[in-house]
Amino acid sequence: MLSAPAAPQPMQAAPQHDHVEAVVIGASAGGIEAVSILLSALPKDFAPAVIIVIHVPATNNSLLVEVMQPRCALPVSEANDKESVRGGVVYIAPPAYHLLVEPDHSFALSVDPPVNYSRPSIDVLFESAAYAYRERLLGIVLTGANADGAEGLARIRTFGGKGWVQQPDTAVASMMPASAIERAGADQILSLPAMAAELAGLQAAQTS
Amino acid sequence: MAAQVITAEAHADFDGELARLLEAIYSTYQHDFRHYAIASLRRRVTLAMSRFQCETVTQLQERVIREPEVFAQMLQYLTVQVSEMFRDPGYFKALRLQVIPVLKTYPSVKIWIAGCSTGEEVWSFAIMLAEEGMLERAVVYASDINPDALKTAAAGVYALNRVAQFSTNYLEGGGTGSLSDYYHANSKSVVFDRALKRQVLFADHSLATDTVFSEVHFVSCRNVLIYFDKPLLDRAVGLFREALVRRGYLGLGARESLRLTSHGSAFVEIARTQRVYQKC
Repeated sequence: MLSAPAAPQPMQAAPQHDHVEAVVIGASAGGIEAVSILLSALPKDFAPAVIIVIHVPATNNSLLVEVMQPRCALPVSEANDKESVRGGVVYIAPPAYHLLVEPDHSFALSVDPPVNYSRPSIDVLFESAAYAYRERLLGIVLTGANADGAEGLARIRTFGGKGWVQQPDTAVASMMPASAIERAGADQILSLPAMAAELAGLQAAQTS
Repeated sequence: MAAQVITAEAHADFDGELARLLEAIYSTYQHDFRHYAIASLRRRVTLAMSRFQCETVTQLQERVIREPEVFAQMLQYLTVQVSEMFRDPGYFKALRLQVIPVLKTYPSVKIWIAGCSTGEEVWSFAIMLAEEGMLERAVVYASDINPDALKTAAAGVYALNRVAQFSTNYLEGGGTGSLSDYYHANSKSVVFDRALKRQVLFADHSLATDTVFSEVHFVSCRNVLIYFDKPLLDRAVGLFREALVRRGYLGLGARESLRLTSHGSAFVEIARTQRVYQKC
């Protein structure tokens, strides 16, 4: 559709170690603002899929898509059950369901009990995505007042994926990023502006 | 949740072991989970491994196959569902406005609640039908694959601390009285009025392996299909299509649809947000 570089790109390049196919993001208290800062930095030709869990109250209608779409150059949509995950699309977990990624890179929803008092739970998304994408996954833990995401980020890093965490003292709520660093460690610990710039450069780094 | 130390090696063939466990369960107990979505099963089986103190899926498989009582408990993990009465109240409101008035024109009505789990939806339907003056001429089939869940469903006993949510949902869903009209409370639980279930038949039925057992006017199957892979989703919706009379209704969960099935053209959507469909 939209391609900036003039040099022809092979459609299926040989697997590169640092090739990121999907980015999973988890956020809780203060998360809407934090996520929108990251999304607003993404270029139109951002290649990976972006899959997001933000803890919000369980109502049937989520306004997250409407909030995020105007701030993001990529299409933003709620993740639908059994839909294939597509690169260059931002997906948001529907309220009151866990969001998981199947081995064939399609979404699955569940109403299994809350994990870390949360449904959707960041751990549930991250663990399933770790299996589905292995080393081709980047997990990001942002602001929040609980420990959801820590276990999931550990799984991502165990499976060879990368983990970025918001620098806790720059977060609205520091517990979630601090818990993630303590449990899982991190490849990068960044402020939001720095993370936004890194993320935006991810696609360019892959195609250069 | 207990922290576990998990290495990539330990999980290298988790999915392969899981597939063998499901095959073994099917050949031993004829319960077919082979077409369930894998990511949720992984979590459920991991919880069962921790409960039965097994370090690998293969160890769990050995116990499940050798000890039927372990399988009975395992089934609770494999089918765990969290529901509530009048879940998604807008669904019940839509039924009262758009479906019940039509069903009232039939001399008798059969309703199938597929995958009823511990019965919250069954009692919700019974109350709605009673308030609409339809209970006497309705038959409600409540089916599930988990015999323990069916027992809980038939007992109609729920923890007292869940009832506030049930009551809120009931009123939002168009309830015309008070939920407390339908139960007796004791110190820890509420017991729903047995008269509500005189028209309810509880049945062990699998959407994965069984066939249609009756013609029905309404199928309610909510938050069950999300656990199936695409072929099983297609099979299940095919059963509903076959069971439903012409112009019969199908209600799905708030985030389920017929879009990815081969049966979409056999139905029209009559309440988009509430996922109510009518067979053409």
